[in-house]
Amino acid sequence: MNTLSRWLGRNLLRVYAVVAFTYLFIPVAYTFVFSFNDSGKSNLIWKGFTWANWQNPCGAPEVCTALGNSIKIGLLATTFATILGTMIAFAIARHRYKGRSTTNLLIFLPMATPEIVLGASLLSLFLVFQINPGFWPTVIAHVLFCMSFVVVTVKARIASLDPRLEQAAMDLYANERETFRRVTLPLVAPGIAAAALLAFSLSFDDFIITNFNSGTMTTFPKFIYTSAARGIPAQANVIGSAMFFLALAIVIIGQFVSRKRKVS
Amino acid sequence: MTSLRRSGISTPYLLLIPGMGFLFTFFLLPLFNLAQTSTQTPVGGGDTGEYEQSWRFANYIDAFLENKEQFGRSFLYALLATVLALAIAYPLAYTIAFKGGRFKNVLLVLVIAPFFTSFLLRTIAWKQILGEEGLVVPTLRSLHIISESTTLTSSAFAVVMGLTYNFLPFMTLPLYASIDRIDPRTLEASGDLYANGFTTFRRVTLPLSMPGVVAGTLLTFIPAAGDYVNAAILGSPQTKMLGNVIESRYFKIVDYPTAAALSFTLMAAILILVTVYVRKAGTEELV
Repeated sequence: MNTLSRWLGRNLLRVYAVVAFTYLFIPVAYTFVFSFNDSGKSNLIWKGFTWANWQNPCGAPEVCTALGNSIKIGLLATTFATILGTMIAFAIARHRYKGRSTTNLLIFLPMATPEIVLGASLLSLFLVFQINPGFWPTVIAHVLFCMSFVVVTVKARIASLDPRLEQAAMDLYANERETFRRVTLPLVAPGIAAAALLAFSLSFDDFIITNFNSGTMTTFPKFIYTSAARGIPAQANVIGSAMFFLALAIVIIGQFVSRKRKVS
Repeated sequence: MTSLRRSGISTPYLLLIPGMGFLFTFFLLPLFNLAQTSTQTPVGGGDTGEYEQSWRFANYIDAFLENKEQFGRSFLYALLATVLALAIAYPLAYTIAFKGGRFKNVLLVLVIAPFFTSFLLRTIAWKQILGEEGLVVPTLRSLHIISESTTLTSSAFAVVMGLTYNFLPFMTLPLYASIDRIDPRTLEASGDLYANGFTTFRRVTLPLSMPGVVAGTLLTFIPAAGDYVNAAILGSPQTKMLGNVIESRYFKIVDYPTAAALSFTLMAAILILVTVYVRKAGTEELV
């Protein structure tokens, strides 16, 4: 007993971390397990094991249309948000100009605005100009809330660069454009990649703003929300779990690649 | 400041114009428009959803008085969720930063990994885990911890728990970032000066991690106060938050002015709270 309490005293934080991670992963595990449920229409009660849902992930009506929309919107919003956000990040991190604090504020404000206000105000703008909610309004809405996160992420990366590397390039007779293309941009690239990944995952998982601006178009989160009342098909669990493993694989490979690069 | 390039004056503006133009058109303009909508009144004898601009600022008072319960609930639930998330995330971030060793990066990936399964799927999973057919309720009942009639879902408890769970990574990451920056030698120094573990935490670790605490609490509180998904899935009509009211005013009742007035009041309340909080916490550097 004494040794147990002493071990616990020394490892209390580690034990705590295990408990906390278990808490974080319980619903993920639940979603994964129930993706194998032989459930029929409503995936509420465990009825038996089956591979069928994984073999036919598009089996439920609408689910793959919704997924396709989410991926298209995510890619478009990520591209625009990453380009616009990176440009702003360079302007803020690398230049002194009039109105710098105003731009900083304008970047911060969308992050401090609750999603429901962003979504509602955009919808009322579209209504005034008689633009029907749908695909492109949703893309615009996603660019809006992803952009600030891109700016913050890329800005942090630019700020952490060693200015001597660029000076060295200049000393070696590289002009400004070459320095930017061959030194600055490759150094900032991991930050831009991280920002794009963040933007995509924010966009892909967004429900509130999407719900306001998408009209009758479904996205994957919207599909889940609307089908929750009559029971979510197990295919949604399959897609949710597959996304989880895919994203995890991308992150792990990314880490591996960047570590290898550092070594060589 | 040698790293600042001394190029032409127009370069920063060329970089800024597209993004700022976008923010102006799709963030500021809509807010302005929302402000206008919030003071409209129904057209006499018109269809539902038809409104005219009459600059009726009393809309705000009406909207607030009509929904003050939901208002209070939004801020109470968001506050509870923020405090709970801080209590759960701080030791976790501390452990990763100081005991993580070479597994630090792996552990960090694990913190954000649940994000990759849609948050709606996870929230619905909680509903089923805590529901009548889940494992938790029958177990607690058979142990006589809760009575036969007590349920865990459709309650304020479930909503706060859902909010806490969903925003936990937003709390953990900034906390980790600032705790990880603390030089462990400062903690050793504190110990050398005869401070016990608790004093060291209170006087050294916590003050040094304040930027993370501020960033984490803001990233949790702001979205939690405006959320309606957790209340819709895990709550009951008695746990409706302001977000649920705004949503139903927009989509079910088509009462745009009230929805707009409520949105604005929510945003203003959050901005005031955030400003006061940031001043009090003494960290001006936010992003």
